[in-house]
Amino acid sequence: MSDKKPERREFLFTATYAIGAVGAGAVVWPLIDQMNPDASVKALASTEVDVSSLTPGKTITVLWRGKPVFIRRRTQDEISEARSVKMEDLKHPEKDEDRAKDPEWLVMLGVCTHLGCVPLNDKGDYDGWFCPCHGSHYDTSGRIRKGPAPLNMEVPKYEFVNANTIKIG
Amino acid sequence: MKNFINFLIITIFFFGSFNLHSAEKVEYLKTNWSFKGLFGKFDRGALQRGYQVYNEVCSSCHSMKYVSYRNLAEKGGPEFSEAEAKAIAASFEVTDGPNADGEMFTRPAKLSDKFWKPYENIKAAEAANGGAYPPDMSVLVKARGGGVDYIYSLLLGYEDAPVGVNLDDGVYYNKYMYGNKIRMSAPLSEGIVEYGDGTKATVEQMSKDVTTFLMWAAEPHLESRHQMGFKAIVYLIILTILVYFSMKRIWSRVETEV
Amino acid sequence: MSDHDYTPKSKVGKWFNDRLPLLSLANHLTEYPTPKNLNYWWTFGGILTFCLITQIVTGLTLAMHYIAHADMAFESVEHIMRDVNYGWLIRYIHANGASMFFLAVYIHIFRSLFYGSYKSPREIIWIIGIIIYLLMMAAAFMGYVLPWGQMSFWGATVITNLFSAIPFVGEGIVNWLWGGYSVDNPTLTRFFTLHYLIPFLILGLVVLHIWALHVPGNNNPIGIDIKKPSKDTVPFHPYIVIKDGFALLMFMIVFAFFVFYTPNILGHADNYIEANPLVTPAHIVPEWYLLPFYAILRSVPDKLLGVIAMLSAILILAVLPWLDTSKIRSAVFRPLYKQFYWILVADVLILGYVGAMPAEGLYLLIARVATAYYFLHFLVVLPVLGFKEKTLPIPLSITEPVLGGLPNMATAKNKESLNK
Repeated sequence: MSDKKPERREFLFTATYAIGAVGAGAVVWPLIDQMNPDASVKALASTEVDVSSLTPGKTITVLWRGKPVFIRRRTQDEISEARSVKMEDLKHPEKDEDRAKDPEWLVMLGVCTHLGCVPLNDKGDYDGWFCPCHGSHYDTSGRIRKGPAPLNMEVPKYEFVNANTIKIG
Repeated sequence: MKNFINFLIITIFFFGSFNLHSAEKVEYLKTNWSFKGLFGKFDRGALQRGYQVYNEVCSSCHSMKYVSYRNLAEKGGPEFSEAEAKAIAASFEVTDGPNADGEMFTRPAKLSDKFWKPYENIKAAEAANGGAYPPDMSVLVKARGGGVDYIYSLLLGYEDAPVGVNLDDGVYYNKYMYGNKIRMSAPLSEGIVEYGDGTKATVEQMSKDVTTFLMWAAEPHLESRHQMGFKAIVYLIILTILVYFSMKRIWSRVETEV
Repeated sequence: MSDHDYTPKSKVGKWFNDRLPLLSLANHLTEYPTPKNLNYWWTFGGILTFCLITQIVTGLTLAMHYIAHADMAFESVEHIMRDVNYGWLIRYIHANGASMFFLAVYIHIFRSLFYGSYKSPREIIWIIGIIIYLLMMAAAFMGYVLPWGQMSFWGATVITNLFSAIPFVGEGIVNWLWGGYSVDNPTLTRFFTLHYLIPFLILGLVVLHIWALHVPGNNNPIGIDIKKPSKDTVPFHPYIVIKDGFALLMFMIVFAFFVFYTPNILGHADNYIEANPLVTPAHIVPEWYLLPFYAILRSVPDKLLGVIAMLSAILILAVLPWLDTSKIRSAVFRPLYKQFYWILVADVLILGYVGAMPAEGLYLLIARVATAYYFLHFLVVLPVLGFKEKTLPIPLSITEPVLGGLPNMATAKNKESLNK
């Protein structure tokens, strides 16, 4: 082994390894990223729903990102019932005002927070939804009131793009 | 080293000879394509004008079923704004469904939809065009050996048939079409499209623009590919040089020079 | 497999190694004595391993998005090219990677032919290599069918139809292969399965290939047996690792050029047309790496004999160690053989060229002559040469000058091979 320029040799090998590692990283990234949601999936990441035909007291279910979303146009009774619930009575305390900015419209993922079944509309002891799998009861704000589910049904990001259309996601 | 160079020459000749096979007896018309070459990029104006030509002239017969409306707003393409692309999409009615009654229905297209198709399927397309199928244009440029030069030349290649060549009804003479007979009448005529940016819509201009658009439709990631390629090859050259010197350094420990 | 007793330095290492000698294996591979006069034609084994891993990794990631159904295959490939993150890159690497794989394997094979690496005691390495080559061709053929373009469909039709040439059982075998009465969806799905499987068979055979190699050790440009370890050898790591690394990088530059700048030039435009059973392309051609065999197949007017000729052209390679009767390994010392070698190279290139041309007229005549010559080389030239050829004196070792004989000429030849 030549002792002539040990520092130069060290630097050369270190530089080669370092630059090689950069390349290795650059190669690995596309292989990982290709498993991320692709452009066509991301394009469906938001869905626009026409709700003009919904009368108060009616619920529709739409598919968003492969999951059901309940859109309910609530009656005045349902709204006041939801607003009058005390926070101490809730397993997952959430104000109805925070869940439904426009009180007439309730938009939430129709997925039971227990183990993922789809709860049934207009059923259960709290005038909301009932999940038949393990007996979770949800109220008119979609909050868990009785049963094993730990959380209220999730409210996704949504907005009214015009008076008749809700954009979810 | 000498043998390696000989080998390289043989390989290049060998691979190069295959292009002779795809070369036609007729030389294609030549023009400058902005997307060719190591640093080739699409001309945005050409892509937008080309889309207009496709939309107003070609799309009545030719589908482009693998392209989506959102592609029109993506980087590397015509780069319409998202609002413009949305408006373009909304001007088409596409089939969706089934609805709650189990029926299919039509609705305005969204960004996530694929391009509107003039015919439901190939048979419908053939039936409406005297038995000749107007090919889908999504990858048409890659599906023809002559590529963009062929398509460009074909659009400009309509002429009167030479003496002695008889054409049936609905068949036209084209200098560059394989076999010279084509079932499509000359699709472009001067001014058939009025360009939004004021460019004069000569047949030559429209041919170039729509061919550029077709190239993008077939290879939407062409610009990324070129840019990544440049970085990759520069990187590899740098690493090769470093490894070369590392190799020399290591091998210097062995007496015999290899 | 342990050449010398190796003890791992750490206690955990020793504990593990006693139960599964992976660290001994790593040590063996690191110390493995390699002839120090290997030239760059020897780097293609390492390059081939890189190609195999590349194809497996890109293939795996493509398989996450590809749909093996006749109605959706073409569209799923377009989905990969357009929507999947970096899908276009992975697809182009996989498609061009197949060509690079074959480029490397042909160089690797022709290296063996020139330097006599197939000769005793390396016959089994060579035969395993031929089997790997056959599996590569099967995998590549089936892979090309998957995009379900016109060439995919019609290439599959032509090649599977060949089996009908087998007397009595031929047609039954073809329907069995197809899973139907023509190339269709069942054919596609089973081709996908087999295409996924074969690279792992190849991987296993590569392990055997390298294992068999490590018994006698590598051949070298002057084809002499050497003692290992000795002054004639260097440890595999770092000397050969860095040299293979350098060669691999040069290879990757060529690869990158194809992938990023001319990704479709080695393919066929017709495969961007969706498969149509009612319309046959004007010229059905396989990918370039299968062209020589395609030429041989078409040069024989009879269907069955054509198939036999094509298969024989590959299988004849398996018996090469016994056809070549020469006691001298390397063409460096076989001036006549060297000439015939380069004629064979030209012959194979000519076969490849005419394979891409229509099988008529002058092209057909050339194909026939080239086919005949190919068999002549292996069946007549090689056996005869072994007896008749006057070879040059070979050195006794790589580093020591030769003793006696014609020292200047031998030493000069020595220098020539070392400087390749």
